[in-house]
Formats: sequence, structure tokens, C-alpha cells
Amino acid sequence: MSRKIGRIVAASLATLAVATTAGCAAGGSGGEADGATTIDLWTHAGGNDAELGVINTIVEDFNGSQDRYVVEVTEFPQDAYNDAVVAAATSDSLPCIVDIDGPNVANWAWAGYIQPLGLPDETFDGQLEGTLGKIDGEVYAYGFFDVALAMFSRESTLNAAGIRIPTVDDPWTGEEFNEALAKIDALGQFDYAVDFGTGGGGEWIPYAYSPLLQSFGGDLIDRSTFETAEGALNGPEALEWAGWFRGLVDDGYMAQTSGEDATADFVNGASGILYTGNWADATVRGAFDDAVVIPPPDFGNGPTIGAGSWQWGLSSGCDDIEGAQAYLEFAHDTKYFVDYAEAIGLIPATLDAAAEIPAFAEGGESRIYLELANQFAVVRPETAAYPFISSVFQKATQDILAGGDAQAILDKAVSDIDRDIQQNGGYTF
Amino acid sequence: MSTFRTFDAARAESVTTPPDPPAGRRRSRTLRGERSAAAWMISPAILLFMVFLIIPIILAFGLAFTDTRLISPRPGQFIGLDNFAYLFTDPVFWASVRNTFYFALVVVPVQAGFALILALLVNAKVRGTNFFRTVYFLPVVTSMVVVSLLWRFMYEKDGLINQVLGTLSFGTYTPIDWLNDPVWALPAIMFMSIWQGVAFHMVIWLSGLQTIPAELYEASEIDGASRRQQFLYVTWPGLRQTATLILVTITIAAFSLFTQIAVMTQGGPLDSTTTVVYQAVRTGYQQLQTGLASAISLVFFVMVLIVSGIQRYLTRERS
Repeated sequence: MSRKIGRIVAASLATLAVATTAGCAAGGSGGEADGATTIDLWTHAGGNDAELGVINTIVEDFNGSQDRYVVEVTEFPQDAYNDAVVAAATSDSLPCIVDIDGPNVANWAWAGYIQPLGLPDETFDGQLEGTLGKIDGEVYAYGFFDVALAMFSRESTLNAAGIRIPTVDDPWTGEEFNEALAKIDALGQFDYAVDFGTGGGGEWIPYAYSPLLQSFGGDLIDRSTFETAEGALNGPEALEWAGWFRGLVDDGYMAQTSGEDATADFVNGASGILYTGNWADATVRGAFDDAVVIPPPDFGNGPTIGAGSWQWGLSSGCDDIEGAQAYLEFAHDTKYFVDYAEAIGLIPATLDAAAEIPAFAEGGESRIYLELANQFAVVRPETAAYPFISSVFQKATQDILAGGDAQAILDKAVSDIDRDIQQNGGYTF
Repeated sequence: MSTFRTFDAARAESVTTPPDPPAGRRRSRTLRGERSAAAWMISPAILLFMVFLIIPIILAFGLAFTDTRLISPRPGQFIGLDNFAYLFTDPVFWASVRNTFYFALVVVPVQAGFALILALLVNAKVRGTNFFRTVYFLPVVTSMVVVSLLWRFMYEKDGLINQVLGTLSFGTYTPIDWLNDPVWALPAIMFMSIWQGVAFHMVIWLSGLQTIPAELYEASEIDGASRRQQFLYVTWPGLRQTATLILVTITIAAFSLFTQIAVMTQGGPLDSTTTVVYQAVRTGYQQLQTGLASAISLVFFVMVLIVSGIQRYLTRERS
């Protein structure tokens, strides 16, 4: 008898254990502590000590500056962050303040995850356009930093090949760039004349290659209506882009799939020109005394680079909008823009902050990135369809690089994108 | 070995014949008590099984007929067979189906056969078999993600595999860019998958081999059977149950090919390695089309069901 009871108790305990573990995941947000309202803030910066350090400093300063609100930081590793937000939104338990990757702002706004910040317009004076998540003129999110795409090479390489070193005011034309590749290739020093980072996948592909497409005159979507990609992604300009890009592989100027770390390959002398973000700056300058930073070439429609990195937004279900707004306004302070730029080495999002950092001030060695971001940046299309477009463009680009029929690939991409937009009722708000 | 078997047989007998059968009424009460305890015992497993398997499957069946999105302010609407109509006209989906069958058709026989050869080798009574068993088994305990990453490096154009082939052929071999070549990408992944999984099935074959009584071998030897005849008339019939198990498990594993694709090729180049499961995940998570992804899963479910049904029929016990 007692053995039986023991067995039942054991089984009940096991059931209970499962039930409580499942229950723990739910609940546990909001609430009041010491009379102050708690405001939850989620960030993707888990594991990135430099970035997280700045966030914690801002939060501590804010919590110390008043006693009505207490901001509480929850950190996630970047890979798990978007899933966490989508899961929380599904169960209606989003925190008040979230950070968002730039291209997702429109999608999350459309889905009703986030709402306009409602901060005064003059808050954003002197801020780089690419760092604002704007939809229909309303600011849904702002970021502290941006990244610029650029090309890196060495003065000695370019001089040996007899190529002019371009500047922001006078970039290479597409023709000049193609000639430069031929000349560098003729030096016989490098495995490949240029490394566009074709080994990268995911969001790198639209971030890095859609600006090239835009420079040719094409685009991911027709930005006049945001309702079709017809003509933009499969027009003659887009075909020219596809032919040129695949041509680099055919001519042996570029690898169809480059190495895991394009920067390391460049530093080790495997490629003559490197196309990447300004995060590679320190590595490249550390390796070569004669490193030069070059704006991307102008293929007819001006040089273009991507824009938009992580930004801060206000969730729709927030119970204490005033508190969240107070924090977001407090955080939008030149001091913190400077902190961010110094901690992670990326471009400060306001001109005031840039002026305070020697490297980014007039004449500073990193000033060129600010100028690139300021003059050439084109944000990825601000439409809720973006995550879908991004996925389709990734596959299309990889297929084009693999030597597929560009017209068929791009037509299929366009019909998939148009079908998605149509299925979603045009993604209208 | 034979001592173990005798011991097992004795134990099996003692289980089937209870030591002292209790009287009728007392027995049924105990039985009821045992039943309720058993129900309690099994409830956590049933609960988890329902929440994480049965309910999602039922949901997927329903969602397949809607245009539900992962992130959307619009509730999903019933759209009938639209998702399926789209799928059956989508060349990428057909490429996925083709690749999935190609992979299964090659991997199932090759991996099962190779595993059997390995099992026969390590079953030989020579010194050091434990060492080889361990060596063969190492890839199985390594995560598939790690294995795929390492092989991606090895398959690079100037990677280890091309270097070795170049050296062995004294330079007559022109390097193949394995994962970037539409013809070679899937075979390269097959080779790696077999290498990774073969030892697991070797162990299952091995357990089957060890259930064949040694007396049968002794008897056949006395009858003058050759090694080949021994394999055909003693070993192979003795492995019948094991073979069915191995066939079914490898087939299901082969059909659900995903990790290697996600890590190594993302379905490229030119759809030469895309698979049904990879398309389902890409459609559902990257492209947020929950409804369409559910439709792909439903097709996949039916596909696996039919193939398993055919296998059951072919390997059924003939009386």
C-alpha cells in the first residue's frame, strides 16, 4: 500500500514540476517598486559588453535623475532577440521600450508592435536620416549610430596599377572601376582583384548589394507606391546590375563565394580591393600604413550605400507611455551619442556628437564614413514587406552569382514579391 | 556472449510467470491502483506530447488552408486550396521535392549497406574492435551543425578535400568547387551526411548481429557452409527485424534533411540543394508566411506517410 502511495506521490511531483516550469515562463513584468513605476526595456546587445555598457550607463543616469520611474534592462543575445519580441507580441507582453533593427521598423509598426515616439520634432535636428525609423513622416524609432559601406585598398596597390585614388566628391565611375579591376588583376599579385564579401549570407546581401543595384538605377521595389517590384527589380537597369555582378565572377575578378572573413583575406593580401562596412576600419588601418578608404563607385545613379542600424522604439501596449517617452527623450543626448560611438567605434548619428569625437570631426581619419553616410545613404525600403523582400532578394542574388538566367530569376523574384504584397492587402496601415 | 543470452532468457521467463498469483478481488484492486499510478506517471509525458506535438500538428493542418502570417495585424483568412495551388506551380518547391527524393534514394541504401559492412567488421573477434567502434562512433556524438561547418571549410575550392585529391592524383585532377557547383553540391552533402550518421546505424546492426545465436553458425559450419552462404542463410535472415528498423529510421532522417542545408548552402547553388523541410522553415520564419509553410509541412507529412506505408508493405511479415 505505502509503495503505491509513494508511486502516486512521485508521479504527482513530476507532473507538478513540469507544470511549474511551464508556468514560470509566463508572467513577471511590470509592477511597482518603492512607489516608482517600473519601465521594462529590451535590448539585443546581450554578449556585446561595449554596447550593453553604454545602455546600462544611460539607464543608471536616468534612474538617478528622477524618482518616478525605474527603467529595467533585459538583455538578449542578438540571434534570439527578434524571436523573443515576436513571441512576446503574440502573447501581448511586450516591454515598453524595445530596440529594433532598422529595416524591421516598418514591419513592426504595421504589425502594431510599436507606435510613433511622440517626441518633439526638434529633438531630431542634425540627426542622420538613415538612423531615424520614419514612416509617413512620423518617427517610430531613432538610433545612436550608423554604419557606412566603403571600399578599402592600399595606395601602393593603386599606384602600382596606375589607378586614380577617388574621393567622396569625385568617386570612380562604373567604367573606371571595371578598368581598375582589370589593372589590379593584371598585377598578378592577388587571388582576386576585389572581394565583395560574397561568402556572407542573410541580411548582409540586401544591405551590401541592393545599394549597388540602386546605383545602376534599379531598386528592390518601386518606391513611388511600394506596391510592386515590377520594373524596379527586373527592369533593364536591374539586368545590367545582374550581368555586371556575375561578370565579375566570370572574369575571375571576384570569388563566387568568398572566404569566411573577407577582411582577414584582404589583410593577408588575397584581394586588392575590399568592399565592407566601416567596422573593418581598425583592422585594415592596423595592417597597412598606406590603407585608403574609397567611396563605392557611381554606376550612373550616384554612389549609394545602405543605412539604418539598431534603433529604439516605443511598444504599442505600453502602459506608461509618459515614462517611456521621458526615458527616450533623456537618452537622446549628445553625451550618449558620443559614448556609443566611442564604445563601439561606429558612426555617431548626430552631427553634434560627431564634432566632439576627434576621429569623426572635420579632418578626422574616420570623417569620410560620416560623409558617406550623410551623402550616399539610402535606407532599405520602409515598407512592411521588407522582411519578405529581403529573403527573396537574398536568394535571387545568390542564384545570379551562381550563374543562373538573370531575367528569369528577377522575374520570379518580382512575381513573388508582388504576390506577397497583394496577399497582405498592400501592407496598408 | 552465450552466457549473457542464457541469463537474459531466464530473466524473461521469470517476468512472464508471476511468482504467486494473488486471489481475484485483491488482484483487481491492485490492478486498478497500478493503473491510476501508471496514468499519473505517464501524464507528464502525455501533456508534453500533446502541447508540443499533437496540437501543433492539428494547428498546421488547419493553418495550411489560410493565409495566416507570423507578424501581421490582419487575422488569417480561409483561402481554400490556394496555398497548394501556388506550391504545385512553384519550381522551387518541385526542386525541393526532387532533391529530397534524390537524397533519400542515395543515402538510405548506401548508409544502411555501409553501416552493415562496418558492423560486420567490428563484430569480428579480433583485438582492438572497441577502439574502432569508438572511432567510428565519434562523428555521431558531434553536433551536426559543427560537422557541417567543418566540412564547409573542407569543401572549399582550396580546402582540404581538393588538396588531398590533388596530391593523390599527382596534379591531374582539376579542383571542383564542391558546394558552388550545382552538380556536386548535393552529392557532397550526401557524402558528409553518410559519414556522420553511418556509425549510429552500425551500432544498431551490431546489436542485431549479436542476437543471432552462435549455435546457428556452429551448425552451419558443420554442414559445410561457406562464409558467403553463412551470411545469406544465417546472418541476413537473423537481421530481418533490424533491417526494417534501420530502413525506417534512415528514411525518415533522410527526408527531414535540413541542418546541413541551412549551414552549408542555403538551398543553393540554383536550387540544387533545397529540400522540403528547408523550404518550410524558410517560408515560415524568414518570409513569415505561416499558412504557406503549414501547407508545405502538410505535403511533407503526406509524402513521408506514403513512403513509410510502402516500406511497411514491402517489409511486412509474410506467413
